[in-house]
Amino acid sequence: MRIEIPEFALVATIGATSSGKTSFAHKHFKDTEVLSSDFFRAMVCDDENDQTVSSDAFELLYYAANKRLDRMKTTVIDATNLSNSARQQVLQIAHKQNVHSVAIVLDLPEKELMQRNKARSDRGYPDRVVHSHYTSLRKCIRHLKKDGFRFVYVLSSQEEIDNTEIVRTKLWNDKRELHGPFDIIGDIHGCYDELVMLLEKLGYIKNETGIYYHPFGRQAAFLGDLCDRGEKNTEVLRLVMDMVKSGYAIAVPGNHDVKLLKYLRGKNVQKTHGLDITISQLDAAGEDFRKEAASFLDGLVSHYVLDDGKLVISHAGIKQEYIGRGSMRVRDFCLYGETTGETDEYGLPVRLDWAADYRGRATVVYGHVPQTEVQALNGTYCIDTGCVFGGSLTALRYPEKECVSVKALRQYYEPVKPLSEKSDDPDDLLTLGDIGGKLYLQTKLMPAINIHENNSAAALEIMSRFAADPHWLIYLPPTMSPCKTSKLEGFLEHPLEAFEYYRSHGVGKVICEKKHMGSRAVIVLCRNAKTAKKRFRITDGSRGIIYTRTGRKFFTDNTIQNEVLDRLDKVLTKTGFWEDFNTDWVCLDTELMPWSEKAQELLEKQYAPVGRAGRDGLAAAVEALQKLCQRKNVQYDVPEGTSGESFDSAELLAEFKQKKDAMNGYVTAYREYCWTVQSVDDLKIAPFHILASEGQVFSDKEHIWHMETIRKYCTGTDPIFIATDYIAVDINDEGSIESGISWWLSLTGNGGEGMVVKPEIFTTKYKGEIIQPAVKCRGREYLRIIYGPEYLMPDNLKRLKNRSLTRKRSLALREFSLGMESLDRFVMDEPLYSVHECVFGVLALESEPVDPRL
Amino acid sequence: MLLTITMKGTNTQELGYLLHKNPYRAQCFDLSFGKAYVFYTEVTDSRTSAALLLELNPIDLARGKLGSKDGGLFDYVNDRPYVSSSFMSTAINRVFSTAMNGKCIKRQELANSLLELEATVFNLPVRGDKELVKEVFEPLGYNVLVRESILDEQFPEWGESNYIDLTITGKVKLSDLLNHLYVLIPVFDKQKHYYMSEDEIDKLIRHGEGWLSEHPKKNTIIRRYFDMKRSYANRAIARLLEAEAETEETEPQKETTEDKEPTEKHIPLNTQRMEAVKKAVLESGAQSVLDIGCGECKLTSMLLRETQIKRITAADVSVSVLEKAKQKLNYDRMQPFMKDKLTLIQASLMYKDKRFDGFDAACVIEVIEHMDEGRIPLFEKVLFGCAKPKTVIVTTPNKEYNDNYPTLENGTLRHKDHRFEWTRQQFGIWCQHICQEFGYTVNYINIGENDERVGTPTQGAIFTASLSALQISNL
Repeated sequence: MRIEIPEFALVATIGATSSGKTSFAHKHFKDTEVLSSDFFRAMVCDDENDQTVSSDAFELLYYAANKRLDRMKTTVIDATNLSNSARQQVLQIAHKQNVHSVAIVLDLPEKELMQRNKARSDRGYPDRVVHSHYTSLRKCIRHLKKDGFRFVYVLSSQEEIDNTEIVRTKLWNDKRELHGPFDIIGDIHGCYDELVMLLEKLGYIKNETGIYYHPFGRQAAFLGDLCDRGEKNTEVLRLVMDMVKSGYAIAVPGNHDVKLLKYLRGKNVQKTHGLDITISQLDAAGEDFRKEAASFLDGLVSHYVLDDGKLVISHAGIKQEYIGRGSMRVRDFCLYGETTGETDEYGLPVRLDWAADYRGRATVVYGHVPQTEVQALNGTYCIDTGCVFGGSLTALRYPEKECVSVKALRQYYEPVKPLSEKSDDPDDLLTLGDIGGKLYLQTKLMPAINIHENNSAAALEIMSRFAADPHWLIYLPPTMSPCKTSKLEGFLEHPLEAFEYYRSHGVGKVICEKKHMGSRAVIVLCRNAKTAKKRFRITDGSRGIIYTRTGRKFFTDNTIQNEVLDRLDKVLTKTGFWEDFNTDWVCLDTELMPWSEKAQELLEKQYAPVGRAGRDGLAAAVEALQKLCQRKNVQYDVPEGTSGESFDSAELLAEFKQKKDAMNGYVTAYREYCWTVQSVDDLKIAPFHILASEGQVFSDKEHIWHMETIRKYCTGTDPIFIATDYIAVDINDEGSIESGISWWLSLTGNGGEGMVVKPEIFTTKYKGEIIQPAVKCRGREYLRIIYGPEYLMPDNLKRLKNRSLTRKRSLALREFSLGMESLDRFVMDEPLYSVHECVFGVLALESEPVDPRL
Repeated sequence: MLLTITMKGTNTQELGYLLHKNPYRAQCFDLSFGKAYVFYTEVTDSRTSAALLLELNPIDLARGKLGSKDGGLFDYVNDRPYVSSSFMSTAINRVFSTAMNGKCIKRQELANSLLELEATVFNLPVRGDKELVKEVFEPLGYNVLVRESILDEQFPEWGESNYIDLTITGKVKLSDLLNHLYVLIPVFDKQKHYYMSEDEIDKLIRHGEGWLSEHPKKNTIIRRYFDMKRSYANRAIARLLEAEAETEETEPQKETTEDKEPTEKHIPLNTQRMEAVKKAVLESGAQSVLDIGCGECKLTSMLLRETQIKRITAADVSVSVLEKAKQKLNYDRMQPFMKDKLTLIQASLMYKDKRFDGFDAACVIEVIEHMDEGRIPLFEKVLFGCAKPKTVIVTTPNKEYNDNYPTLENGTLRHKDHRFEWTRQQFGIWCQHICQEFGYTVNYINIGENDERVGTPTQGAIFTASLSALQISNL
């Protein structure tokens, strides 16, 4: 016997003890697909025959079944399933999970069961048990289908059981093998003329039999509601049926189509909402046409899963958990959507916004709700633009995700309420579920990044209390590790180690960029507020933002921010950036100076006080020690019982003088980065990465490209935007290395922060794994403000050289991967939540404890 | 870092006997946190000066060998090696302990007598008003000389530093002088390098014997002496804020500031506010309450005691605040009937959250002013648009009332973390907007003493959800 079951199904075996259910199940299904009651009995009490634990065992079994079904894994419940309540449980699960239920009944003669039961060594039930099983089975066997099992198969002899073959068939909605490309067309409602115009606009032509097809093999996909309200319903049906039958198109049904089908089958339906028009046309079209239409509509499947699961089409949309499943509930959702049960002032049902909560990876394209423009949200697209109501007929080209529309020739039908305008407010509310708790993020550069829940808790607080509107935050910069501790005497960091890192990771050429001592500032700039609204869903009228490495607005005063943004726009406009890059927005990674602009509090609370106390304190100490040394009358007469050790005053004086010099060096170093800002003119902004613009993330470019492009487009026009000095170093060439070192020495002689060494290409891999995108190499004097004024004193330096970079480097890689991923996702037009989880991840990682001096 | 003690008069070399330190020998002592050097800068008949110089290693400080069990209490860039702080007190006690006890076998009489002494404390850190230095030392019979300095002469706009060179002169016993210095040096700094335990009380009493109990500033001295028990709460957040140079802001401290807020005479404003909100909640008939931005759960703990309330979720965005709330509520030992009512969660008003759904009432008490004004619309959507409690109670400061707070000049807000404070008109406009946008009606509540001109210090609104068409038809 050949048994067909859906590829995704919940199967229950039904049979008396000793009927061979378990061996049958394991013969035809994977071991992991079979959940056996015996197994779960043993799990809870070590004895698979102990019937007293059955209720706990089944609780576990059903729990496990649900977890599998959540993942669309076929599951076999291997139990007798003879009691009504047991079967009801199975059916309830199937109902809840929107999965087809299958009953496979092993119906052996009672005599044979008795014999087998006796022969079993592991357990033998009394005959009355076998008998009672047998009678239960006889009782239930006839009404299994009525009970609700979608498929019922009865195997009535051992021979039949042995010769059974189980074939798994694909679900009707499973068209993952179709890759398109598709032209998905919204609600037509009898607008034949517009449909033809749209098809032709999309490049469809008629074949020899007059059927539209696309010469490049594109496929049309109709979202249903072909008829009603409009004036050429039969024509639309004819065209669509022909295209579908010829394989040039696919179609899903709409609610109007289903209602029409009911009518065609002779059921009593209300001839409202324009159905009357269709009916009168169909009546004129003849019996054959009506039959053909009925059979066509009858064959339509509620939704299709296409292109390896990356695309789903459905008339009224679909919830993530319904995709690929089949049940009346799923079908109803696909046809009608979901409503609150309430009605609005027009008497129309109030719809629940499933798309706001949609978090699936598949793109969902649907119609049903007419609106003035295409509505894109969280990877879903509603493309019903109300053609029949005088709007337009729209197609979404997939995978391009471009919209193609034709205006309605006229209004064919008066809408009950005016088509809803695209709302100004972004409705892509982030939910805590997107980022709460432990996170597991997948990026292209690093397959799996785990975020601990303590870190995400910290990030949640920072994000909520301090960060800017998340729509703006398309990137957070990664932390950067210093080079390895130098082996050279008198240096904590030195370029040689940075070069060595890259040389040993397969890099031949590096670029050294001067490290500006300021604060990291990410700039997102749109050409105007309209772009900001369209591309970033920013509705407060602003056209850009400057934010810090933790996603906080850089300037609390918006007027300063806006002046900087306006000036940057002027520069980019003048240099032709917008045209050359064919974009109306850009994201730049920059350093904003002076340091004191952002670090004023740090300076006033820590750096300056240490300088003040240090200089005064050491001066006083030196003076006191000088007095001691000048005293002529010092004798070394040691009385008894004193505890202290004698010391050499001249030596101590020399040491304190050294400390005094170190302190002066420290003060000089921090002063280097401070100046008073009275207006925007006093700021300096050094962009160093052009991160992204429309359609592009520039992470595959060489750093020299970034430097030169910035020089060309951003600098030289307005003095607040400055270029960054850099040199390229061939790290296999001694001379080139020497010049790199001397360049660094000249940068850092007066307290300059140092340089950043980067591999030639922005994103570089070695043996398949990404390597540090940059390492910093900080100046000898500058490091006083990190490790303290006296860090270079030999004993101190020796101790400081003992430091570990492992953690910092691992963080840098993870944060870099997430940063690039968020940009990629934004550029690919992925929904806010998907961009935000990466940005959130960077912030969460930044809360990991790591030595802040690195 | 440096302390000098000078004796004036005749035969001043005797100071060496009193200090038990030979004027002709420079000595060095190893202390747990560094080295102490004792030497004399001047030894004449009329004037003898002893110096106590400390040398602290900043790397020891930063690496946690000193001062804390956990490291990181001190930065590498740290003023401690260069100032006279509690390290100096500890050094005085170690190096001059016999002198502090007033003992001197060879010159006991001298030790008992009033001498003309002068002490200079270099780089004494003083937090707050520097006048305090005079108020503390003058009643002890000293002439006080204070030398102040600016933070950085190249940037005069950064203002004064917290450090002074302090010189006190007077006719005192040497032991008294040393005890005064020992107790008082850390009082100005309010920061101690060691963990404070119970014995610290005994120490204070011992070294303050005979002068502290009579001191007019006794309370200030004691309070500051025990101040700054540093909490290490939520290091992760501190680190992030550090990145923003905001180390001071790790905790919202809503409660404490508002206690300091010049409150109304008898009942603190905060208590009046909570009582008013509780009353509103109960009158609304609510049985389930969402306390958003619960802080330390003052409101929640009041509501938990009401039998009408069957279920409370208290939410705050800060994990450390929730930890404190748990302590305040004595959560671990809470009675089961109360504990069962209560759920504490970390949650944010910037994210839609299923856990906010299905409450009769939500309380948003002194919360909105902690959000950037630009993000208020998001909060509205999350609470009024998605969670839709039947009743929402919102309170926020009334900015107009700030006129009555002398400390709040030139538009300063009541708390550092307040992003805005609204006038009554601004608040009213916002409330009307909520009603129109989300289908609520509003009643206003005024909390605190009513000033005819500027209203009450706290303004509040009770929003009640209007019944939808369907609900009406079901009635």
